[in-house]
Amino acid sequence: MDKTTPKPSSAPSYLDAAHGWRSWLLTRDHKRIAMLYLTAISVFFVAGVTIGVAMRLELMAPGRTIMGPQTYNALFTLHGVIMIFLFIIPGIPAVFGNFVLPLQIGAEDVFFPRLNLFSWYLYMFGAVFALSTLFIGGLPDTGWTFYVPFSTTTKTNVTLATLAVFILGFSSIVTGLNFITTVHRLRRPGLGWMQLPLFTWSVYATAWVQVLATPVIGITLLLIIAERLFGIGLFDPAKGGDPILYQHLFWLYSHPAVYIMILPAMGVVSEVIPTFSRKRVFGYNAIVYSTLGIAVVGSLVWAHHMFTSGMSDTAVFVFSLLTFLVAVPSAVKVFNWVATLYKGSIDLSPPLLFALFFIYLFSFGGLGGLVLGAAGTNIHVHDTQFVVGHFHYVMFGGAGMAFFAALHYWFPKMFGRMYDIDSANWGAWILFIGFNLLYFPMQVLGLQGMPRRYYDYVPHFKRLNALSTIGSWILAVGLVILIYNLIHSILYGRKITQDPWIGTTLEWTTATPPPTENFPADAEKEQSAA
Amino acid sequence: MTAAHLNQDAEGSRLGMWLFLFSELMLFGGLFIVYAVYLARYPADFAAAGHELNSWLGATNTVVLLTSSLLAAMAVSAVQMDKRRLAVALISGTLLCAAVFLCIKYVEWGAKFAHGLYPNASELSERPHGQILFFGLYFMITGLHAVHVLAGATLLAISLGLIGRGKITCHRYVFLENSALYWHLVDLIWIFIFPLFYLIV
Repeated sequence: MDKTTPKPSSAPSYLDAAHGWRSWLLTRDHKRIAMLYLTAISVFFVAGVTIGVAMRLELMAPGRTIMGPQTYNALFTLHGVIMIFLFIIPGIPAVFGNFVLPLQIGAEDVFFPRLNLFSWYLYMFGAVFALSTLFIGGLPDTGWTFYVPFSTTTKTNVTLATLAVFILGFSSIVTGLNFITTVHRLRRPGLGWMQLPLFTWSVYATAWVQVLATPVIGITLLLIIAERLFGIGLFDPAKGGDPILYQHLFWLYSHPAVYIMILPAMGVVSEVIPTFSRKRVFGYNAIVYSTLGIAVVGSLVWAHHMFTSGMSDTAVFVFSLLTFLVAVPSAVKVFNWVATLYKGSIDLSPPLLFALFFIYLFSFGGLGGLVLGAAGTNIHVHDTQFVVGHFHYVMFGGAGMAFFAALHYWFPKMFGRMYDIDSANWGAWILFIGFNLLYFPMQVLGLQGMPRRYYDYVPHFKRLNALSTIGSWILAVGLVILIYNLIHSILYGRKITQDPWIGTTLEWTTATPPPTENFPADAEKEQSAA
Repeated sequence: MTAAHLNQDAEGSRLGMWLFLFSELMLFGGLFIVYAVYLARYPADFAAAGHELNSWLGATNTVVLLTSSLLAAMAVSAVQMDKRRLAVALISGTLLCAAVFLCIKYVEWGAKFAHGLYPNASELSERPHGQILFFGLYFMITGLHAVHVLAGATLLAISLGLIGRGKITCHRYVFLENSALYWHLVDLIWIFIFPLFYLIV
């Protein structure tokens, strides 16, 4: 196939192929399913941000500012559940994996199109369950980790919330197995494993973690439900059970889940940086192997969340060592990205800007992660605002920024329209400044000893908290600019039919936006040959 | 055109099923880890509680499930050889075994309930910790397994319908093959459950 000039196709784009709500809600087209995810995920993201800003507002001054302790506890739980299970975990794989992965391997769709739609419905079903706790039985106040014994004794509706997470996990497993099968069976003939685009590689590696790790949290949450409904006693010390075992099982999934969040983000960055440096990516093989390395080693570090929970010194030592080991493949990637930029012909468009923010924020957060992963310093900062700051640096600064990079990179392909570059740049910079102002003080506060998950604090911490709250407003302004720019562009943006970025992967070789069959000219060729 | 093309890639469909089976193994794997931890902590209690399960009923159920797996595998071969009637008979046999298994399970659970050996029962609560956990795990694991028996039987029943409507033929039988694979997994998990609960000393 000629790579530079997309063939003009008579086939209508996937957006115009059919009309009416049925054509969307019953679609099996991976691109339309990606749109369904994008819509839902955006709504939940905005809801999560709103709750986050409200929590920051409460923390602006000591004492009760706008809400009491119970509301605050419920909100940080809801914020966590929404952001983790409804935004970051499905974010990049379900939206961009769905849209881009089949295109990048030259396929017409994913391997199981019906299953793909089914997993979107599971996702929506789980989301409705999670949010219905707002009205039924009271919002859980346990935090998104649902730690026992509190989660099995609190009067709030933990049962419904954990059931929701179970369903969301099932959706994630189904998506994962769909992607693995797709990459194995639907690659264009001649497209070998070591020629796969790096985004496809990262979604593939993530899919394995999704399939193998998610069931563990599924069973753990079922045990919570069984404990609440029947009192089977597995985590209840009064019956001989062990609460620490719950923490092990929970993190056995939830730490690999961190890599479910970050690996696809790294894949996005590995696509964006070469495209906007006009260079081949530096060390393709190293990036592939470090992706797989992170997927494997990342599954063996879970107990570093539990250094203060009670473990043998040997276990602390081993898990601390393994934690440090994950830093190696992560650093390999950062090195590769920076080396790709070196002597490149750099075009600082919004996607690259977000990718650079990613590198900076992720590296910063990652270094904080080493402070947390070291057994000694961990004791000092455990359960403080330092953890909250670190987590947001790697997750929001990492996966979140990459989500925006992906959105600004593939937006023209998805909608066939261009957004306003200046607004995107302004929004990105304001977001970045607000971000650092919001989360950096948290790290300092944590080092000074301010615990997390409290709606109140001693007056000593007043100034930095006020600064952090102001940061949350600036961040919100940046987000409003970005989101307004994109929505406005979907409706009124300049129409384009060409690849605006001169990308080299297969998704840029078909029409913009792609027709339903993705590569209709090739399909005809195949049929006439058969 | 190519949608049918996709569906005929039986190898891909099988790969999808295998991946799903891996995730099922991890699901039960979590429970087996919990079992291992508490067995190491309370070996004597586990042995004492294990003696209260009826190992004859457990052994019968093991034979029933193994037979059903054999019938399911034979059904796949029968479809491959285009012997539809034989296949229908064999799948019906598998479903019958599933029903027998669940009936025996019901009798066993019923007996335990009658003796007050269920979670939160006052009878069980007075026992040593290890026994409480043993029965908690027993109901959790065999209950979850029974749910899987129902799911597997549903898949096989659908296959039966598809054979009747000519949707599963000697050229296209991957749905039946995958249902049988799932059924073997249900069987395999029971092979681990049986010694862990009934034969423990």
